[in-house]
This record gives sequence, structure tokens and C-alpha cells, in this order.
Amino acid sequence: MAAAQDPSIPSSPGQALAGWVSVLVASAFFVGFWQALGPVGQGEVLRWSWEWVPSLGISLSFLIDGLSLTFALLISGIGALVMLYSTKYLAGHKNFARFFLYLTLFMMAMLGLVLSDNLLSLFVFWELTSITSYLLIGFSHTSADSRRSALQALLVTGGGGLALLAGIVLIGWVAGTYEMSEIRAQGDLIREHGLYLTIFVLFLLGAFTKSAQIPFHFWLPNAMAAPTPVSAYLHSATMVKAGIYLLARMHPTLAETDVWLWTLTVAGASTAVFASFMAVKQTDLKQILAYTTLMALGTLTLFLAADTGYAITAAMTFLIVHSLYKAALFMIAGAIDHSTGTREIDRLGGLAKAMPITTAAAALAALSMAGFPPFLGFIGKELKYYGALAVQSEPVLVAGAILLANALMLVAAGLVAFRPFWRGTHATPVEPHEAPWQLLAGPVILAVLGALFGINSDLIATPLVIPGVNAISSGELEPAELKLWAGINLPLILSVITISLGIVMLMVHRRMRALLEGMEARLPSFDRGWDKFLDGMKATAAWQTRVLQSGVMRQYLYIIFATLLIAVGGTMIWTGAFKGVPEVSGLQVKHWVVVLLIIAGTALTTITNSRITAIAGLGAVGIGVALIFIIYSAPDVAITQLLVETLVVVLFAVAALRLPTLKPEDGFPNRKLDALIATAIGAVVAAILITVTTGPINRRLTEYFEQSSWIDAYGRNIVNVILVDFRALDTFGEIAVVAVAGIAAWAILKGPKEDAK
Amino acid sequence: MKSIILTAGARLLVALLLIFSVFMLLRGHNVPGGGFIGGLIGAVGFVVYAIACGTSEAREALRLPPEKIAMVGLGIALFSGFMAFVMADDPFTGQWLFLGATETDKGLPLSSVLVFDIGVYLVVMGSILALVFALEEEV
Repeated sequence: MAAAQDPSIPSSPGQALAGWVSVLVASAFFVGFWQALGPVGQGEVLRWSWEWVPSLGISLSFLIDGLSLTFALLISGIGALVMLYSTKYLAGHKNFARFFLYLTLFMMAMLGLVLSDNLLSLFVFWELTSITSYLLIGFSHTSADSRRSALQALLVTGGGGLALLAGIVLIGWVAGTYEMSEIRAQGDLIREHGLYLTIFVLFLLGAFTKSAQIPFHFWLPNAMAAPTPVSAYLHSATMVKAGIYLLARMHPTLAETDVWLWTLTVAGASTAVFASFMAVKQTDLKQILAYTTLMALGTLTLFLAADTGYAITAAMTFLIVHSLYKAALFMIAGAIDHSTGTREIDRLGGLAKAMPITTAAAALAALSMAGFPPFLGFIGKELKYYGALAVQSEPVLVAGAILLANALMLVAAGLVAFRPFWRGTHATPVEPHEAPWQLLAGPVILAVLGALFGINSDLIATPLVIPGVNAISSGELEPAELKLWAGINLPLILSVITISLGIVMLMVHRRMRALLEGMEARLPSFDRGWDKFLDGMKATAAWQTRVLQSGVMRQYLYIIFATLLIAVGGTMIWTGAFKGVPEVSGLQVKHWVVVLLIIAGTALTTITNSRITAIAGLGAVGIGVALIFIIYSAPDVAITQLLVETLVVVLFAVAALRLPTLKPEDGFPNRKLDALIATAIGAVVAAILITVTTGPINRRLTEYFEQSSWIDAYGRNIVNVILVDFRALDTFGEIAVVAVAGIAAWAILKGPKEDAK
Repeated sequence: MKSIILTAGARLLVALLLIFSVFMLLRGHNVPGGGFIGGLIGAVGFVVYAIACGTSEAREALRLPPEKIAMVGLGIALFSGFMAFVMADDPFTGQWLFLGATETDKGLPLSSVLVFDIGVYLVVMGSILALVFALEEEV
């Protein structure tokens, strides 16, 4: 549990500056996006573009429409409030400035993600949010729990990110562009393409891991190991909604198919229902909120499945509703923790007297969450029922799932915002006191906005919701109206049922919790499953290392040569590339002398019991090869070969001084196998060379170099001119490798000795 | 194991090998030779010296640690590649200067390509010697 910092320690001036600069940056972004409200409300789409890597079709293009503007305002607005909150919450923390750096980086990455119009730059920002959230979740890095949660979140979302990248590459290949505004116009083409299903699955993996849909949901509750402002920001309003954003953004491109409709419906509905049951089971304020976030993400996925104006309007409205009340409640949970020293609901009660402002903010936010009129939450809930009843899949089941989830939301809202403030009094670790203004500003503003937008829904309908629905549906769907009173109809009746059911469940909450705990014990745990999965990965890695990296030179050589044999020899046999040995004519005495020298050297190497003799034999083979180069007039290669051969013999001789003699009886029982592999490798290489020389040779390059070596590069030694002029960059790479290899060998031989001194 | 004959012979041989290595390096552009071969010959020279007189003496004769020579060589090669920037060419484009050129004689040709080859020479020699010296000292 990340405890709040002691507020009595003042932050240093430098720290305070870091905090306030971040707040200012976020506020500036918010004000900037505010300017876009007017044009976007009138249906305009703003777009900027710069080339980044033109050869790969990557550009830095940004697009502001209703959808991205809604996200951008939420990210920068809530960001500013959370940063203000953190200046107090983390005051005096030794890594205070680092925290603000991470948080600001995260905000930028998130803004980049929702504003990008290029899929590849979207991916870059997507990964940046994964990395910065890893740093933020693991901020209390001395706690093992915190580190585990951070790594889990990184691996799950990072794995999904890889799938997303594959999907992006495929969609770019199908559509011929990475610009989303151009891809959207080709929705029909992509939906009818043979790769549609693959693309769909890959995008879904990315979105579902990021937005924690079942079965990838387990990382989100664990991520509560982060400091509370991080939870308020990342796990309510922003990062987890990145997946939702992606689904919404790709809606015109990938939606309107049966597989989209059903997959999203099933995943969304099961996540929503499962998460709401889990939420009312928790006792920790942050855990309750974490599961209700899961519920919200499930609901959003569920509505993005459908293709009706009501469903999409419900998704857009609920997106805003949820961000407002969830960020507020998370910050309130942090404020309670800060003021009382605990977040366990069973230990909290009667805080209303000591914390009146917190209580009021909590009540406003919770009423919106529970869906009471006249809050925006009520409108959101009504729209959800309209949307549910209009879906093309199974209206009754979807409405039922939504009803159950909403009723449980009311229970959760009661647990978070009612219990701690009103019922009874409990002794808390710290004497309760009102939180300082920095901790209150965020919750109060957000909670009041929830009420204000409910009473006057036009404030968000025209500039955000309607353009957002148009963006998600490419303007093909009619946005629904946001209104508090639409007469007595089915959604209203469902609302009444929801509220009654929720209140009843709140009253029997303790018994329900016991029941749920009993049930959960019998269900498989995804978190433990994840551990098993990781252990399995590690065991596989250890096993393959044991097999392949034995540390015995002989086995490495076996593995390398056997692989070469199978891969190259197998390919040659399979493709029938080897056409037999052609006739050789015109061999002279000098050729035969060289051949005999090589054969004699080889024979000597294989039968001798002395290492020095074996090395000398190998040297003789090498010199034979050099002679062949000389006969066929390649003096440069021959000189190099001779010199390398000389050095190799010297090196081997130096090393061999320390090694025992080769005696067949002690320890080399595999000589026959060695001989077999060596002969087979020799045969394969010979076959390759014969095949290459019998085939036609394209002399285009040879002729080019012969002609231009003297004219362009003033050199007659073509080999050298290629090395130092035509292909100088390649040579530079090669000598860099030579230098690194030399240094590495030197370090291995010298390093440990230096340490020992 | 020190033999006077080997020691005395090695001293002569080393001098010859080193001169020969530079000769091979410089003529490489038109006839067999070049930085790679030159570097190998130079390395062989010092290896012979190290076997005959011991690595510590060879190190002294070399003056600089071989791994540093390799790094300097790499730096020279890279620098030669950037010389092209002076003439606003792409990196590693050969730059030539013909000193004292007349209409019939091209004079003394100097080029960034030669600088590159000198870098190759130093890298090859330095890397091999770093390895060989370390190995000999280990045994």
C-alpha cells in the first residue's frame, strides 16, 4: 500500500517548481484544446502533418475531431488537476521531481496517441504510454509488490502492443497508407479483404490488453500499487481508455461485421458483469474503484460493438461521465488515505463531520456514478439502456448485463462515498482532518462538472458528444439526444429497477460479500495463472539454454555444423539444386601437387595424436588453398589467406601449449561421429561451390568495376578499390567488427585478472 | 625460452616486416596489397617479436597498447569518411588531391581513400595484437 507522504514536510523550492511547471504545462494544453471546441463543434476537422520518415510512410500528422478532442480535453484537464493534487500528495517525497517528469511524459505520450493521424506514430505513442506507465506504477520501486505489478502491466500491454504493430503493418499493406484519415475511407475494402480477420484479431489484442478486457484484466487491479494520483490519472481517465480510443478510432474501418459485433459484445459484457461483482467484494477503496473502472471499460467496449446511433452516443457520453466521477473518486480515496491513514472501508466511518468538503464532493461524484438524476451519470445510464435495447445482437441479454452492472455500480458508489462518511465512527490510524485545498480542488471541480453537465447537457452535447459520434461512425449515424426527461418509457423503468435493486443490494452488502468471497475461491485466478505462465517461460528459457549453451566447445561445434548441414544440405536436396559434378579437364601437374598437399594435410590432422601436428596439418591445408588462389590469379586473396593461416597457426600453437595431447583412449569416443559430420560439411560446401560455378554468372558488376575502377577511383587493384572506395561503408562496418572482436577477446582474457588484483 | 639466434633474427625480421607492411599498404591501390594485408603483415611482425623476445618487450616496442591502436584506426577510418563533407559529397566518397600535377604527369596522388586504408591497417594490426598478446600472457 503506497502510503501518503507526511504533509508536514515542506517541499524544497526546486521541487515545488517541478510540480507547478507540470501543472502549468498541462493547463496550457487544456486551454489550447479549449480553443478547438468552437470549430470542432461546427463539424470541422483540424489536421496538421509533417514528414518524419517519408521512405517508410511515417509522418507526424495530428488530427483533431470530436473523438480526439474529447480525449485531449480529458487528458489535459484531469492531468492538470491530478498534478495539482500530486504537489501536495507527494510533497517531501525524495523522488518528487522524478514523479512529475514521468507524469508529464505520460501526459504527452497520451496526447500524442489520441491526436495522431498516422498509425505508426500512434504506435510509437502507444508504446511510450506503456513505458511511462511502467515507471509510474513501479514508482515505489523499493516494494517488490509494486515492481511486480509494474512489470506485469508492461508485459501484458507491451505484448498487446506487438500484436497491434503487426496489425498496423498489415492494414498499411492492405490500404497502401498509414494515414488513418485515408484508411477510414477504405473501410469496405479492408472488411472484404482476406486478411480482415487477422487484422481484426491483432488490433483487438492491442486494445483488449491496454483496456484490460477479460482475459487480460488482471493487471489493472494490481496496478493500484501505484501512488493514488497515478491511479486516478492512468487507470480512470487515460491510459486504460487508450484501448477504447483505438476501438472507437478503428470503428469506421473494422466495425460493421458480425465478428466485430459479437466479439466485442461478449468480451465487454462479461468484463462489465464480472468486474462489478468483483468491485463490491473488495474492502480497499482503491481496489473497489479499480474494478469499477474495469466495469466501465467493459461497458464502453460493449457499446462500441454495436453500430447504432444510440449505442455510440451512449459510449461517448459514458466515456465523459466515467472520467469525471472516477478521477474525482480516486482523488477522494487518496484524500481519505491522506487524512486518516487507511483505505479499508471496514475501518472508516463518520468522516462527514471532520471532512465536510470531501464528503460533499464524494457525494456529488457518487450520485453521478450511481446514475441518479439530475447528474450526467443519469443521462449516461438512460442512453446505455436506449443503446442496449437497440443493439443488433441480443438486446435482452445486453440490457440485462447493463442493468446488473449498473445496480452493482450503485452498491460500489455507496461503499466508496457513503459508508466512510456517514455510518458509525471508527478509530483510524490518524485523527481525521479535512484535506488541504490542493487535494480538494480536483474532486470538487470534477464532481461539480458532473452535476452541471447533467443539468445542462448541451454544454457537452454540441461541442463533444455529437462530433465524437460523427467521428466514430464517419458521420453515418444519427447521434441521440442527451436529455434528463424523455417521458415514461422502458429505459426510465429500467433505471428505476436499477436504483431499487442497487439499494437493496447495498443493504445486504456484507452477506453478499461473504457469498462472493466463497465463490471467488473456487474460480481460477488469472493472476496466479500469469505467474505460472511466466514460470513456464523461464523454465523453457532455462531448458533451451542448458541444451544449446552447454559451455562445451565441442557441443557448440556439433550444433552449429549440424544446423548448417541440415539447413543448407537439406535445402539443396529438397530443391534439387545440385546437378552433379561436371567434367573437369585441363588439370596440370601443379594442380595435382596442390590437391595432394591438401589431402595430406587433412589426413595428418585427422589421425595424429599431437595437437601441434594437427595444427601444422591444418596450416598445410590453408597454404594449399592459398596456392589455388595464386594459380587462379587472385594475389590479394592469396596473400591474405597465407597471413591469416600463419597467424592462426601461431595462435593455436600458443593455446595448445596448455592442453593435453589427444589420446583416443581417454575421452574422445566420438571421433567417428566427428569424422562423419566433418565429411558431410565438406561435401555440402563442395556441392555448393560446384553448383555455383556450373551456373551462369552475371558479370554485370565485374564489368562495371573493371571499367570504372581506374576512371572513377584512380586505382587498378579492383579488390582494394572496392574495399576502400566503392564499398567503403561496408568495409568500415567490417573493421568495426574486427576491432570489437579483438577488444572483446582481450577483455575476456584480461578482465577477470585485473579485478582479482 | 629465449634463443639468441631467434632473438637476433627476429629483430632484423621485424624491421623488414614492418617496412614491408607499410610498402604493401601504400601500393595497394594499384597492385596487390592494401590496408588489410599490410595490417596483417605488421601484426605478424610483432607476433614474431613477441615469441622471440617476450610480450612485455613487444609491448614496449609497440609503445601504444594494441587495443588503443585499433580504436584510433577506427576513428581515422570514420574521419576519412567525413572528409567528403568538406566537398559537400555523400559520406565515404573518395576525395583526391594530385600534388604537383601537370598535363602529362598526375603528380603525387593523395586521397581520403588512403587515409581510410591507413585506418584499416591500424584496426587490423591492433585487434590481432590485442588478442595475441593477451593470449600469450595468459599461457
